Amino acid sequence: MERVGGVSILERVRALLGTEAVDLTAERDGVPRVAPPTIDAVALLLGTAHAEGWRIRLEGAGTWMPGDGPADLALTTRRLDQIVTIQPQDLMTTVEAGLGFDLLRNQLADRGTWLGIDAPGAQGRTIGSILATATAGPLRHGFGAVREHVLGLTVVTGDGRIIESGGRVVKNVAGYDLTKLQVGGFGAFGVIVLAHLRLRALPRSDLTAVVEGSRDELARVAGDVMAAGLEPAALELVSPALARRERWTLAIRLAGSAALVAEGEVGLRAATEGRAAELRAEEAAAFWRHAAEGLTARAVTLRLGGVPSATEELLDLIQHQLGDEWVMATPSLGVMRWAGDATAERLRKFRKALAAIEVPLTLERAAWPLRSVVGHFGAYREGVGPLVSGLRKTFDPGERLVVAVSEEDHAG
Amino acid sequence: MIDRRIIEALAAIVGDRHVRTAAGERLTYASDGLPTHRRVPGVVVIPGTRDELVTIVRLLATHGIPFVPRGAGTGLSGGALADTDAVLIVLTRLNRILEIDPRSRRAVVEPGVVNTRLSVAARPHGLHYAPDPSSQTACTIGGNVAENAGGPHCLKYGVTSTHVLALEVLMANGELVNLGSPGGEAWGPDLVGLFVGSEGNFGIATRITVRLSPLPRAVRTLLADFPSLRGAGEAVSAVIASGVVPAAMEMMDRSCVAAVEDSVYAAGYPRDAAAVLLVELDGMCEPAVAAEAADVELLLRNHTARSVRTAASPAERERLWLGRKKAFGAMGRLSRDLVVQDAVVPRTSLPDVLEAIAEIAGRYELRVSNVFHAGDGNLHPNISFDATTPGLRERVELASSEIMQACVAAGGTITGEHGIGVDKLRYMPWIFDGNALAAMRAVRRVFDPAERVNPGKVVPVHACREWSGWAA
Repeated sequence: MERVGGVSILERVRALLGTEAVDLTAERDGVPRVAPPTIDAVALLLGTAHAEGWRIRLEGAGTWMPGDGPADLALTTRRLDQIVTIQPQDLMTTVEAGLGFDLLRNQLADRGTWLGIDAPGAQGRTIGSILATATAGPLRHGFGAVREHVLGLTVVTGDGRIIESGGRVVKNVAGYDLTKLQVGGFGAFGVIVLAHLRLRALPRSDLTAVVEGSRDELARVAGDVMAAGLEPAALELVSPALARRERWTLAIRLAGSAALVAEGEVGLRAATEGRAAELRAEEAAAFWRHAAEGLTARAVTLRLGGVPSATEELLDLIQHQLGDEWVMATPSLGVMRWAGDATAERLRKFRKALAAIEVPLTLERAAWPLRSVVGHFGAYREGVGPLVSGLRKTFDPGERLVVAVSEEDHAG
Repeated sequence: MIDRRIIEALAAIVGDRHVRTAAGERLTYASDGLPTHRRVPGVVVIPGTRDELVTIVRLLATHGIPFVPRGAGTGLSGGALADTDAVLIVLTRLNRILEIDPRSRRAVVEPGVVNTRLSVAARPHGLHYAPDPSSQTACTIGGNVAENAGGPHCLKYGVTSTHVLALEVLMANGELVNLGSPGGEAWGPDLVGLFVGSEGNFGIATRITVRLSPLPRAVRTLLADFPSLRGAGEAVSAVIASGVVPAAMEMMDRSCVAAVEDSVYAAGYPRDAAAVLLVELDGMCEPAVAAEAADVELLLRNHTARSVRTAASPAERERLWLGRKKAFGAMGRLSRDLVVQDAVVPRTSLPDVLEAIAEIAGRYELRVSNVFHAGDGNLHPNISFDATTPGLRERVELASSEIMQACVAAGGTITGEHGIGVDKLRYMPWIFDGNALAAMRAVRRVFDPAERVNPGKVVPVHACREWSGWAA
């Protein structure tokens, strides 16, 4: 352990935040883990780290991003796990960022409400992790990207300032929308500590049906479902390994009022010529859970976003360049997620091929040796790099937060 | 004033016809849709192409001259006003729809395209551009992007930011950058999301890629009337809590109804109601929409609605909507001046806040009419007055300020869709502390270090705490 002026960093942190804030049993690579109990404690820690030159890596529950960045301390939000409020009538909730998504979902359901996000990964992923990585799941088709669910945030910057953005109401254009910068920022612009989220009424009816077939054929069925004017909550093309089925699967989820779902069922039968097989409730839950968890079964997870009409072309490209064993795609939006094993060289080459057709690749999850050279975002287009680096320096002037933002810029 | 040599250089770029220097001509641009703020620009220039625009902005960068981008000037926060030391760049001639891609449901437009025109162009493909501000027949997509404009149907479909996929942005230094990607996935951090609603402070959007939405195949428009505002507000909460997501849910109070019914836009709203509520349900499936409409009708009746009427024809539906969309215009006829306000409160606070507004109006002896996006809790209390009456303008200012305080106290915010501009600068410290304001300013300086684009808007500089970061 590095010593500063005869006092170790650990001793300083204990003096600042109390002994219980440091979790010694969690040390894996010798980096002590600190779990501040309050937002003010996060600010105190980061302010001190900024002044002292300590490098900090960020963690939630530790189920998504490997906690392996080179750092003096690991900051986990797991003790910031309170539900501050759930307002069913106003359909909003305020939660601390270290709260597990599964716990929140149960609490919301008890109050007749629902958050339209089904992120990939383990059920216990923290809200902060989902927001920081902007990892929406299949429900993105019906309810939008992660940012659409976030009304406001509290963030602690790399130099320990507490910044609030947005608000608690569903419509708000006061000031610049700094919330958008933080959602999907991978912690490069600060640590998300609190979120105000937009809720929906718990769907009165929720049904999943599946069609199996070849990938190309199912992409056409997805097109038919769209053209038939069905309004599914999710319309997802899932590879056999992720679906745990023999063939590719198109999963259609209908959720909403009883009338909407009942009519959707009728429409679905027509659009799929009777091929859609309805899953029982527990089968449906297991199907979506396995698919979400399967995306973390390999070392790397990434997402691509093209235009919807290029979905099949993009899936072909994935198949040829990386293999398509672990793939989920939302054809209506042109977004897809891949999991697997790949070298940095291969990923860079793939990203370059995608850039030529104007498709961004976001590295959502990988071990440090890989993500530090590939970067979450890779190379930017002309003129954007200086903006991102300017924003990074604005919110983390000492570059204390260990985040592999782009190929050129990995702090630490 | 702007140096004569600069004016000559501008004329050389766009032609004499498209530079306005005479005092009378410049006066035309002294206000936007909010008449309480007036500033006369140093010169007005109206480029006809993106290349001309780039050349203008580079010229101004070379000379360090501030400038203000402006669309149709329908904004309601004084956001597109320029002082005499600044150049006003009017973008209405950059009005081409560059691409409509029906397969991927997207369009690429220049900033000066009028909102409705895009929907009209998309209609043959069964698509439309969903955000529908009340000024949609005049306002531009560029202005919508700057303000993150809303509109009645944003309740179901989301505000402008939900629909913007990518942007080409001309920054203050004259450099063009591409933000986002053609399909809408962020390319790195979500700079498109950050740009939308930045009120021109981060640069000019020169090309805007938007999402188009399928035209609903089934629509039901219901008109309900209530004996009390409180009852109407509670009915709104009940509908939202039921899980049905109406496309729009708009409320008008008695004063607003009277203004509409006295105008050419008379829609047949009941004059004796304390509030009328316009609820629209839409979707792709006729039986589902019909069933939801029946559920909503029952909920409204169970929550004190005196009557609920369903538009029987497209013509009737249009008439009901025209009254709502032209409500601001109708109120404008009530008196010489009109202040259109904009605030958001949690839906459940609507009844209390409406009572507070009525109390404030009574105390200041002002006529306040309310028309609002009830489903979002987005209020528009409008004050009719005659600014030539001595002391009245001050009273209006004080009442506006108290109304805003009441909304903030209820857990709301100071603007839901009109923006801060210059009008609400003074309220910003009520909802953001010095750190948040300083962060906003620092972000702005990443895009525009000299703070030359649309200076003096959005962030009250005096209230910013010192910022130690790079862009301080």
